[in-house]
Amino acid sequence: MALTRKSGASQATRANRLSRSVADMQPRTMDRRTFLKRSGVTVGAGAAVSAIASQLPFAMMGKAEAADPAAGGKIEVKRTVCTHCSVGCAIDAEVQNGVWIGQEPVFDSPLNLGAHCAKGAAIREHGHGEGRLKYPMKLVNGKYQKISWDVALNEISARMLEMRKTDGPDSVYFIGSSKHSNEQAYLMRKFVSMWGTNNCDHQARICHSTTVAGVANTWGYGAMTNSYNDMQNSKAMLFIGSNAAEAHPVSMLHTLHAKENGAKMIVVDPRFTRTAAKADQYVRIRSGSDIAFLFGVVYHIFKNGWEDKKYINDRVYGMEKVREDIMAKWTPDKVLDVCGVPEAEVLKVAETMAKNKPSTIVWCMGQTQHTIGNAFVRASCILQLTLGNIGVSGGGANIYRGHDNVQGATDIGPNPDSLPGYYGIAAGSWKHWCAVWEADYEWLKKQFVSQAMMEKSGITVSRWIDGVLEKNELIDQDPNLKAVFYWGHAPNSQSRGLEMKRAMDKLDLLVVIDPYPSATAAMAAMPPSDAKDANPNRAVYLLPAATQFETSGSATASNRSIQWREKVIEPLFEARSDHMIMYQLAEKLGFGKELVKNYKMVQGKGGMEPEPESILREVNRGTWTIGYTGQSPERLKLHMQNMHTFDVKSLRAKGGPCDGDYFGLPWPCFGTPEMKHPGTPNLYDTSKHVMEGGGNFRANFGVEKDGVNLLAEDGSHSKGADLTTGYPEFDHVLLKKLGWWDELTDAEKAKAEGKNWKTDLSGGIQRVVMKNHGCHPFGNAKARAVVWNFPDPIPQHREPLYGTRPDLVAKYPTHDDKKAFWRLPTLYKSIQQKNLEDKVAEKFPLILTSGRLVEYEGGGEETRSNPWLAELQQEAFVEINPKAANDRGIRHNDWVWLKTPTGAQLKVRAQVTERVGADTCFMPFHFSGHWQGKDMLAYYPEGAHPVVRGEAVNTATTYGYDAVTMMQETKTTICQVAKA
Amino acid sequence: MARMKFVCDSERCIECNGCVTACKNEHEVPWGVSRRRVVTLNDGVPGERSVSVACMHCTDAPCMAVCPVDCFYQTDEGVVLHDKDLCIGCGYCFYACPFGAPQFPQGGAFGMRGKMDKCTFCAGGPEADNSAEEFKKYGRNRLAEGKLPLCAEMCSTKALLGGDGQVLSDIIRDRVIKRGKGADMVGWGTAYGKEGGKS
Repeated sequence: MALTRKSGASQATRANRLSRSVADMQPRTMDRRTFLKRSGVTVGAGAAVSAIASQLPFAMMGKAEAADPAAGGKIEVKRTVCTHCSVGCAIDAEVQNGVWIGQEPVFDSPLNLGAHCAKGAAIREHGHGEGRLKYPMKLVNGKYQKISWDVALNEISARMLEMRKTDGPDSVYFIGSSKHSNEQAYLMRKFVSMWGTNNCDHQARICHSTTVAGVANTWGYGAMTNSYNDMQNSKAMLFIGSNAAEAHPVSMLHTLHAKENGAKMIVVDPRFTRTAAKADQYVRIRSGSDIAFLFGVVYHIFKNGWEDKKYINDRVYGMEKVREDIMAKWTPDKVLDVCGVPEAEVLKVAETMAKNKPSTIVWCMGQTQHTIGNAFVRASCILQLTLGNIGVSGGGANIYRGHDNVQGATDIGPNPDSLPGYYGIAAGSWKHWCAVWEADYEWLKKQFVSQAMMEKSGITVSRWIDGVLEKNELIDQDPNLKAVFYWGHAPNSQSRGLEMKRAMDKLDLLVVIDPYPSATAAMAAMPPSDAKDANPNRAVYLLPAATQFETSGSATASNRSIQWREKVIEPLFEARSDHMIMYQLAEKLGFGKELVKNYKMVQGKGGMEPEPESILREVNRGTWTIGYTGQSPERLKLHMQNMHTFDVKSLRAKGGPCDGDYFGLPWPCFGTPEMKHPGTPNLYDTSKHVMEGGGNFRANFGVEKDGVNLLAEDGSHSKGADLTTGYPEFDHVLLKKLGWWDELTDAEKAKAEGKNWKTDLSGGIQRVVMKNHGCHPFGNAKARAVVWNFPDPIPQHREPLYGTRPDLVAKYPTHDDKKAFWRLPTLYKSIQQKNLEDKVAEKFPLILTSGRLVEYEGGGEETRSNPWLAELQQEAFVEINPKAANDRGIRHNDWVWLKTPTGAQLKVRAQVTERVGADTCFMPFHFSGHWQGKDMLAYYPEGAHPVVRGEAVNTATTYGYDAVTMMQETKTTICQVAKA
Repeated sequence: MARMKFVCDSERCIECNGCVTACKNEHEVPWGVSRRRVVTLNDGVPGERSVSVACMHCTDAPCMAVCPVDCFYQTDEGVVLHDKDLCIGCGYCFYACPFGAPQFPQGGAFGMRGKMDKCTFCAGGPEADNSAEEFKKYGRNRLAEGKLPLCAEMCSTKALLGGDGQVLSDIIRDRVIKRGKGADMVGWGTAYGKEGGKS
């Protein structure tokens, strides 16, 4: 009878708990809903509703009622895309009289074939959501009070302008969102730039930043190389640090299909996940020891001569050095010592991957969220390069992204070190985008404190708290952070919660812009543990944002396919679209005109807003680096209407209006839309012509290094290329040298003169190089097994700052401390050494790691506000092995205190299970709303709180950041658990 | 005439609960009522398998056999339905059902006066097809619209299938032939303290 997930003894108790909680907490919501339905009330009724003007939030109209002529209104079908992960599942929403009344599967979608997980199948609830933030609010005397939009925008902008005068624009921090559409994420970067700072970031920082940096530095682009669909062509699949069955459930459709066709499936994880339950081989490693395992595998590949020698010779730089390093350092005894896996198991993985090619590797947060995450992901790249699996259908590095548009927001959104399209923030990059924006570079420069600050990477979202708390003389910008915008981002997804609370209390201005109040609202309203930490001048505002179902726009799935969402319903309550809010704030801040100069303005609910299509056209005009240029709104919409014409395995349209295109024009889709590039299904694939989606590794690191050639060897090139050897990236000089310049039109020549393939706004260089000569605009080079510009050019294992193996620290020490890293001092060795001296591992002998549950997403406030999902997971818990539990007198379902070295303690249920090893504890990271044993319900705005609340694991996580990207360490820290 | 059945392929079920929330969504099933749920065996250990369970729409349905007021009936397509106006909410069908399908809500549209609620194979009840009355008591009637149960239509891995038993058995037969053999899991032994890497 268990409704919840755990089996065995847990079932009975969980069922009991469920019935209790049904009685306790739910009737208010559910009864009202059913009451309204029964009494036939469909328009605003009841105390709460009357205040909400014209919306129909509680009208859960069934299709039956809708079909009743008395109810009236035609049923319209709107095609949209799920907002809960990066698979990109299409949804047909049935709408009547502006109310979302039904949801049908889209069997035509080549990505999901109609399939949904719990979140996708429950998505319609977001069109009703009673837990939503309904109107702008302000924190007054510890309580949230309703205010008008005008008052909110006036007060917020006045504060900002005041801070601009006293502290400068760098005192404001903008946390953007991977749940924004491409157009909104892009507009956000433009907005922040025009405000005059690089202090902006979003979820990608704490999700796949190490992947993006590590992978781009290895072979060119920081993205999933192939696609979920392409895994149907794989013969072996290695999942390491990915629990796809819970995090990307619909991807398993393709994975299990491949498995049934004979592909071998291997799962490597500290935890026996639901994905592991489907594997042919499961390998348990110690959390944070991925390099030892991966190089253990590569060791056996080299030892047995299973590497692809020709591929390595033609397409990989530095593999010989890597080989020497691995053969010396990762002998089976050392692998066993560090990651705990015996030789036979490692050998079996190596053999499976080498003898069942093409073989692919999949990774997620299990690899990325570490102090050496950048090295983990490169070790995975090296494994695939050794086997010649990159640029091959069925192979590839299938890096599953998290949020529905985290790929898009990474590509063109608010990143502290880059303008849209990975252009960076050097003067030339600013000039390029100023040209696209038709903004005056000199004016923009004056918006910043100085040109130096304009070209200095901002603080990351993982560290904004230190931007507030760190001593002023130690930070690499003039002011400390005084204001923070949480614009579609959860706070409980960042580590070091106790310090975050202190930082929030110290701010002068905190603005939450979100469809839900989010845990930020509750954390901000909760009194500080020490009253003297409270800042009496602090102002906190909550602004209700529309969801992606209440606007239109595009989103980039993990496989780089871009899908267009139609607007399903008008924004509920007083919510406004994010791009409208950006425009309205910009108006008040004095750069509204510049922000929307190139856009068609349209009437939206709450005011004028830029039309998403015209924002996308501007993106198309500027984003040449990664080929976001060919995906015009018209082409994307045509794909959405003709999904049935695309092949599920290859993603290519056979006939029909999109003939030859790959679904969603996966980037790079080079050139102008008129050039009709079909998109790139698998990156770096030399077996195809560049105009058919083929390619090769990118020439981004020069043509030689210390006298060694970095370009591809002769004969290695994309199919049909005029240049049959390696070549550098194209610019006007190279074009002239090759005698191709005159193939440009006069108009193109005028724009392309002095430019390269990335900055030529005419697209002429890309057109001539690709269409006329079959070459890749970014050159043809080797992938780098040695990334000389990273702290460890060859990936090295280093023990975490907080670990349970002090005996390994001397041999595998962490990095030295860094002084000014993304504007902040960052500690490594001093913390690791102190922990060693203090014998912290003795007090906290268990590894603490975290991960996903299928029912929830991210910080979880949105999904925990959806009763259809919340009912399935009602309490935060910690998974603990029976041995560890018995040693501590803990029984299944007991309340326990989980403590970490930060001093934090979490009160959660014990889930006693062999899913984790005896040295490891696991907590899901989606909970919030409990703070060290106390329910925070009173601190949420009245009537706008998630149905289910629980302890956030990140209240207790420890310090630690990746040495390249500032990714937070959340996957390996330590804890102690005791019966409560 | 089709004979409607559900089947859940445990080789494919990943316990994502998509079927559960699809059902909640389609029929607006209140909190506390679970027409469908996913049961996991050997949770967290080798051999873990999940299976999605709801009313199995038995041919010789025990609930029908024991109901004291004879509120159950079977459609031409083999779907077992019941009449909530006749049902007295005694719970005897709960005794009889081998799958725990009958649900007894505390209140709300589906359980007025504590009556029984269960999976309808998305086929509504005795009221006129797709009438407001039918929706209030039983939820949507997808079969009358020419569609199949939404839980199966939305299943993330096509593990849960719902429809004509003949078609379903063809699909399952194809899968079994393709797989050729059962589970081939290596590595459990080491992870769980047994020698030889065999489970």
